[in-house]
Formats: sequence, structure tokens, C-alpha cells
Amino acid sequence: MRIAIAEDSVLLREGLTRLLAEAGHEVVAAEGDAEGFLRAVAATKPDACVVDVRMPPTFTDEGLRAALLVRDQWPDVGVLVLSQWVEERYATELIAGRPHGVGYLLKDRVADVTEFLDALRRVADGGSALDPEVVAQLLARSRHPLGDLTPREREVLALMAEGRSNSAIAQTLVVGGGAVEKHINNIFTKLGLAPGERDHRRVLAVLRYLGTG
Amino acid sequence: MFLIRDLLSPRTWLAFSHHLAGLVIGLVVGIAAIVCLVLGVALLPLMLIGVPVIGLTLRGAGWFAAAERARFGLFLGSRIPAWQPGVRAGYRYGLLPSWRVYKERATWGEVGYTLARLPVSILTAGATLIVWSLSLVLLTLPLYDESLPSGGAIIGNTVVRGTPAMTVSVVLGLLLLVAAPQLTRGLAAVDAAFTRWLIAPPSNLAARVTELERSRERVVDAAEAERRRIERDLHDGAQQRLVALAMELGRAKAKLADDVDAARELVDQAHAEAKAALTELRDLVRGVHPPVLTDRGLDAALSGLAARCPVPVQVHVDVPVRPKPAVEAVAYFVVAEALTNVAKHSRASQATVVVEGHGFPGSLNVVISDDGIGGADQRGAGLTGLADRVAGVDGKLHVESPSGGPTIISVVLPCG
Repeated sequence: MRIAIAEDSVLLREGLTRLLAEAGHEVVAAEGDAEGFLRAVAATKPDACVVDVRMPPTFTDEGLRAALLVRDQWPDVGVLVLSQWVEERYATELIAGRPHGVGYLLKDRVADVTEFLDALRRVADGGSALDPEVVAQLLARSRHPLGDLTPREREVLALMAEGRSNSAIAQTLVVGGGAVEKHINNIFTKLGLAPGERDHRRVLAVLRYLGTG
Repeated sequence: MFLIRDLLSPRTWLAFSHHLAGLVIGLVVGIAAIVCLVLGVALLPLMLIGVPVIGLTLRGAGWFAAAERARFGLFLGSRIPAWQPGVRAGYRYGLLPSWRVYKERATWGEVGYTLARLPVSILTAGATLIVWSLSLVLLTLPLYDESLPSGGAIIGNTVVRGTPAMTVSVVLGLLLLVAAPQLTRGLAAVDAAFTRWLIAPPSNLAARVTELERSRERVVDAAEAERRRIERDLHDGAQQRLVALAMELGRAKAKLADDVDAARELVDQAHAEAKAALTELRDLVRGVHPPVLTDRGLDAALSGLAARCPVPVQVHVDVPVRPKPAVEAVAYFVVAEALTNVAKHSRASQATVVVEGHGFPGSLNVVISDDGIGGADQRGAGLTGLADRVAGVDGKLHVESPSGGPTIISVVLPCG
């Protein structure tokens, strides 16, 4: 994949560049501020970009605003936002209307290299990647009661909201693919969602149900 | 010039009218007050009649004081501060004074003022009238001195006549005329000061200074305690983990050459250690100041807070204009502490947070309620800490937590 990075800390920028290069990706741009990053995206049209929320000059949410711009202007570019902390509100803004091709993860997750690369791959392919902590907040703040779900079904719902595929869910929960399929069908029936949604559209349905779509 | 200016100045004549009006008003109101008081005291054996009469008299003195504030403002432009609403003791049924009414200095100040109006006005109006008329008499004496029946004004046993005496009279009259406006206005100022002493609330500056000193002390203490907490958290948490991490990496480095498996295990441990350190640092940062509060305001920050609370929390935020960062931060920490308490002590099944802020300058109202067991310790460190934080921005904290519940914490933070 061709990847652009926006991260103001030199240490992390270099680390990310190296990590991605070692994984066989091409880092086409590594910028330290939002403006340079947006110019680079316009010039290089990468497959995906990794953006830090807090960047100069005000160190508040420049990165997030840049990410929203990229999402709106270049729908083909996957946007993975990294942050030192995660907030449900940022997630809501990021996935509003289009929960595909975007991701929002805690910076710590970079430490689990395989998982991080997997999430980046999902985002670049038009999927989504939401941090488990965000998903937990979304579930806690859900507009609808989730009381009818069994604990197992809640787990599956959370993993779906994170943007994981059936096989990934099966692997995480150490169950077979059929069992996951069954749980998902149950969830959709219990929540009154249209059955048969697959992959990206399924995430959309779930997030919309939780009150962010 | 200044003579004419002072003579024609509206201030002089307003003050003059003020003195005369005071005489009339003092006469009427003073007599009414005396009659009412005597009547009230005389009827005291008949409690049902006596007490309401006294109550009415006391209230009447209050109304009179209010009217006088207006009169002083109108005639003299002197501001006599009124009492803040809700500070004074009240009356039951509008007539029966509560016990506090009798104990308040303000009540007796007003009654005293009502009775003193007449004597004070007799002094001020009398002095004013005497000076003005004397000056006019002396000035005009040469015009009619000769035509007086006695052939001249009589002072003591002497008949005053002749040019030197007339010159002295005119000069004295002029001097008095120069002094009259000053005296009129000076007496008005004295009157205003006297009135202020009796019916204005005591300057609460002293009380305010004491309160501020106390709250500043507590805020400083709280900040110091907070710094110690941060230092301790950093020292016990992230710092120890980083030490362990460095140690494990060092051991892994040493093992790399001969025992790759052991080295891999150590690297795994180090990896886990590093991630735990990150989590701890993140929680610590959020406890110091949540970045989302700065970026997106109370609604977003409180949503996040509610989402992390193990008890289900409903959040309603209606704040059209963002308040000052200091006020936002206090509101946030009040809710954070309250929700921590809800989770730890209340055994509640749900909680509600309502934040409203309408009209600036106005106030931000924060109410946190839960359906738990109540009995919150108002003197506990948590709640007094909150009260101090709230006092730091001049706000008010109110805790209602009867044992058996529910608990309602409400905070009013002025923003302006």
C-alpha cells in the first residue's frame, strides 16, 4: 500500500515510517502538520493515511479536521486517525454518514504491530476500524437498550462495531465461523435490523443503531 | 462667577427641596410610626392584634426606607445601596415577623431612621432656611432700614443705621450668600451619610475578603494536593513500569546471543509493560485535564465521562454559548467527582446529569442526581474538595443526600 503519515512528533513519525516500510508498504509522505499533509495527499493520492489528532499550531484537533477533509474530498483514500486518547464524540464526527474507509484508534494500538497493520489494511480497503474503547463508550451510550442481548452476542456486536470481519471475530472468540454467523443473525433479529447485511454495510447498520450513523 | 454658578446650580436647589421635603415627610411618617409602635406595644397583651400591628410597622419602616433610597437618588444623586433580595428575614402571612426580624440590626436601623427623619430634617432644613433668609435680610437691609418703624433694625438695644453699618450688613449678607449653597449641599451630604449608616446594608467587603482569603487558601491547598497526587501516580505507575521495561529489555539484550526463546519472552513482557504504562499515562492525563473538553466543550467531554461510568448515565447539556475554560473545567470535574461517587458509594441503578447555561452574563447550572441510597458525607474530602473548586470560580455547591436517597448535587457557576 501507498501510505501518507501526518504526525508532529518526529520520534513517532520516524517509528511509523519504519514500521510501515518493514511491513512492505510504501510511505509516500510523512508530514509534521495538517497543511503539509493535505498538500501531500492531494499530490500523491495514497491508498491510506495515518493521522494524529493533535498537531500544530494549536495542538487541539487539527489532525481530525484534516482527516475529515480527506474523507470528504478523496473518498478513495482510507483515513486512520490515531490519538493519545479516544472520545466517542470524535468517533461520531469521523464516521458520521460514512463509516467505511475510516478508522479511529488509540495510539497505543500501534504497539500491537500485526493488529495495527490489519486495521490499516481494513481502512484502506474501505472497511472500518474503531478502537475497542470507543466501541465500549458507544455501547454504554447507546440510544437503544441492549438488554436483550446475551453476553456473547454483546461481544460479537462490539467486535462488529470495531469493523472486524466474520473470520476475525471467529478467531478472536475462538469459535467456528458458523457460530459467529448464528450470533450475528440473532443480534440483527433482536435489534430489529434488516438481516443479510454484509461487511461494510453491516457496520453502518450497527453504528447507526448505536446512534452515530 | 462661582457665586452665581452655585446659586443657580440645580444641585443646590434640589438639595434645598430635599431638606424641606424631608421635614414634611419626616413629620407625617414619624408621627405614624410612633402611633403604630405605641399601639402595637399597648396591644401586645392581645397577641393576635399587637404582633401584626408591630409587624406592619416594621415592614412599613422597610418600605419607607426603600422609598427614601429613591428620594435620595432623585434629589441628591446619592446612591444608598439596597439589601440583596433574600438576605433579610421574612414575615409569615406578610404580617407576622419571624424571630430573626427582631434580631436584625437592619430592622432597627430602618425603625430608627423612620423616627429620626423628623429631628434630623428639623436640624438640616432649619439651618438651611436660617442661613438663606439671614443672608437675604442682611443684603437687602439698606433698602428698607430707614423706613422701619423704629428708624432702623434693632440688634440688642442698638438701632443699626448709617452707611458704615449698612456696608457691614451687605458684606455679611454676601458672605452668607456665598456660604448658603455650600451649606445646603454639605448638609445634604451629611444627611445622606447618616441615612446610609442606618438603612444601607453594611459594606460586605470585609466579609467578602475573609471568604476569599479562606477559599484561596483552600484552592492553593487543593492544587498542592493535586500536584502531590500527580507526582505519586507518575512515580508509582508509569515511572516504575518504564524502569521494569528498561530492565527487561536489558536482560533480553543479554540473552539474545545464547537463549533466543528466553529473550523473546522478555521482549513480550517488556511490550506488555510498555502498553500498561501508556494506559496509565492516558488515565492520568485525562484526570489532569481532558483534551476533549478544550476541543469540543462540555457536551462531548461529559458524554465521554458518562460512557466510562459503570452506572448508566443520562446526560442533557444545553449550553448555547461556551463559558470560560475555568468554568467549564470546574463543571467537568464536579460531574467527574459526582459520577465517581455514584459508582463507588451510591448503589444507584442510574444517574442523570443536566447542564444548562442560558444568557451570558448568567450562570451555568449543573445538576447530578441518582437513585441510590443517599447519605453522602458532606464533610468528606471529595465533597469539600468540590466545594472549594466551585468556590474558586465564585460558584455555589448544594448537596442533598438524605439517607435512603436520592442524592442530588447542584452547582451554580457564575459566568460573565
